[in-house]
Amino acid sequence: MNKPARGSLLGIEHLEEKEILGLLRLARGMNPLKARPLLRNQRIALLFYEASTRTRSSFEVAAKSMGAITVLVLSSGSSIEKGESLLDTGYTLRAVGADLIVIRHPSAGAPLMMAQHLDIPVINAGDGMHEHPSQALLDAFTILKHKKSFQGLRVAIIGDLYHSRVARSACHLLSKVGVKVTLCGPPELVPEFATTLAPGLSITRHIEEALRGADVIMLLRVQQERLAGKKIHLQDYMARYQMTTGRLKLAKRDAIVMHPGPIIRGLELTSEVVDGPQSVIVDEVRNGVPTRMAILARALGKAN
Amino acid sequence: MLIKGGHVIDPSARIDALMDVLLRDGVVAEVALPNKIRGADDNFDAHGLIVAPGFIDLHVHLREPGQSYKETIRSGTAAAAAGGFTSVCTMPNTAPVVDNAEWVTWLRNPERGAVVNLFPIAAATLNSRGAALTDFAALQRAGAVAVTDDGKPILEDEIMRAALRLGAQLNLPVVQHAEDTRLTENASMHEGPTSFRLGLRGISTAAEANIVERDVTLAQQIRESRLHVAHLSTSDALKAVRRGKRAKARVTCEVTPHHFTLLDEDVGEYNTNFKMNPPLRSATDREAILVALADGTVDAIATDHAPHATHEKEIEFERAAFGITGLETAVALAITKLHREHKIPLARIVELFTAGPARVFDLRGRGSLARGDHADVTIFDPQKRWRFEAGKSRSLSHNTPFDGWQLTGKVVATIVGGKMLHRAD
Repeated sequence: MNKPARGSLLGIEHLEEKEILGLLRLARGMNPLKARPLLRNQRIALLFYEASTRTRSSFEVAAKSMGAITVLVLSSGSSIEKGESLLDTGYTLRAVGADLIVIRHPSAGAPLMMAQHLDIPVINAGDGMHEHPSQALLDAFTILKHKKSFQGLRVAIIGDLYHSRVARSACHLLSKVGVKVTLCGPPELVPEFATTLAPGLSITRHIEEALRGADVIMLLRVQQERLAGKKIHLQDYMARYQMTTGRLKLAKRDAIVMHPGPIIRGLELTSEVVDGPQSVIVDEVRNGVPTRMAILARALGKAN
Repeated sequence: MLIKGGHVIDPSARIDALMDVLLRDGVVAEVALPNKIRGADDNFDAHGLIVAPGFIDLHVHLREPGQSYKETIRSGTAAAAAGGFTSVCTMPNTAPVVDNAEWVTWLRNPERGAVVNLFPIAAATLNSRGAALTDFAALQRAGAVAVTDDGKPILEDEIMRAALRLGAQLNLPVVQHAEDTRLTENASMHEGPTSFRLGLRGISTAAEANIVERDVTLAQQIRESRLHVAHLSTSDALKAVRRGKRAKARVTCEVTPHHFTLLDEDVGEYNTNFKMNPPLRSATDREAILVALADGTVDAIATDHAPHATHEKEIEFERAAFGITGLETAVALAITKLHREHKIPLARIVELFTAGPARVFDLRGRGSLARGDHADVTIFDPQKRWRFEAGKSRSLSHNTPFDGWQLTGKVVATIVGGKMLHRAD
């Protein structure tokens, strides 16, 4: 076992504020349409054990815009189906010439384990319920584009926190840059000890309280099977926690609504909110590309 | 053999003094004040050491039949002897499950190569499926000292009731792995701030306590039934055990060294050597366990020695096998943590390894040094400082969180049936 290689991005939890701000600055300087070939001759393996549209395609576009060669390995259609272990898959990709691996995996800690056994940087594209650092960074990038600064911002995160790697990473990041975060949802999905995750977190069970005076509203995906599993009545949940245009009025007039996707219109939010003027959901996706360009450039030591 | 000059601690006889012990023909011949016993051929100098009845481990997984790649009866009992244990009770969740008399007999056959006394615990239900009871009487006749579905709980009220009733008739303890598996699907560690931070589904305290509460209630209702709670890990489960004992039900429980030593936060960055079931718990739970070890609510320390191969542990945390080895670190952890750190008297600790476990499974003539008892003796140095190295373990598997730990208290000699089995240098 070794220390993860420099440039790895395994999570936000162990990043310092200045590293986060540095990455955001780097991302601001990235233009996907007129990118410098910073990663020419670099080979990037995209190892996706789980379905993904946004994350995978934006890492791929990010890598290719900078001139890298990319290899996509999905679990289906690969030797992973034959039972090849995660570490053996990593060694194989390394042997084939990968200079960096971007990995999305259903098990928390999988990217760390890979990084501890390889000598190349590993980027976490989502590990189980644990972290999704590139999502948190692109969300931070999006917030800064609309709010200019993190100073004094109030953020509400609403929904299924228990199962959300996006929320965990967002909490770590926002806490580190000094933002106060209000978590909102039923106890089964937002347990009391969620506040121990990072400094500056509080919980309310009432969406009105979370929304009052909020600058940023982050909505989390809600899966019907998970509600059922926790014995939460769907209609009940929507009555108490669904984001509607009416509820949005409780927040600041220029509050932005975010969602990591995929959205289920009519579940955690209404179509009107999705398509309304305060929604920056599509913007988030767009911002994913320069953010991931910055992550890759830094990982391979090509950030000037 | 004459064991001379040692400090004998035999809780069942309330002996805690300098005494000499004479072993002859496989039994304890005499225990007397120093220098009173004469004429022995073979002397063991036990000056500065504690001489105790042979230690008993109520809960070990020796992986035979069927899983000998991770441990065999030979290697596991060698590890037991190195750890100071003269008797072990084996769990039936092997391949196949030990759910008939033939397998119990097979386990007890000396051809298996056990170097310490081996007492099988047989399955409570067929294939441990939890649906139909095994033939307790036949299993008991073949030598099983208890029944369990360990690894899994006996979940259904009716089945547990039936098991306790049949156990009562035969005076056979039912050992329960208390876990409401309906609440713990895909969970891999204690439900709390650490599991939340790591993004892991958690095993709540309720998952254990609910089952123990139900079992204790049943034990109170069914006269003469005997319930033994395996590897108890939560404060709430201890409350239920206390309730049962107060009501004079025959409820006993065991605790593992890792549960009185470690916490859930020790999982750290997904270290699978800290993954076991029941999981490491909160500080509150550990504190309650320490109090219960001292006040007598806990009857025995048992290791739940669970060897696993490298390929079963060096994988993603959520997929890794549950369990750690424990035979060679138990005594040292008890002395280091319970005695030196928490000031629990050595006599109480010896009781937890001897008279306590012997009583739980009626192991006659064991756990004590009365005249005529089996010549099983554990001799240890309570002051010796040493470093545990997993690589030097006698077990075939090295899945332990204690590798490299500096410990105080070392087993110096393990004697089984009058024969010196293990001698530290």
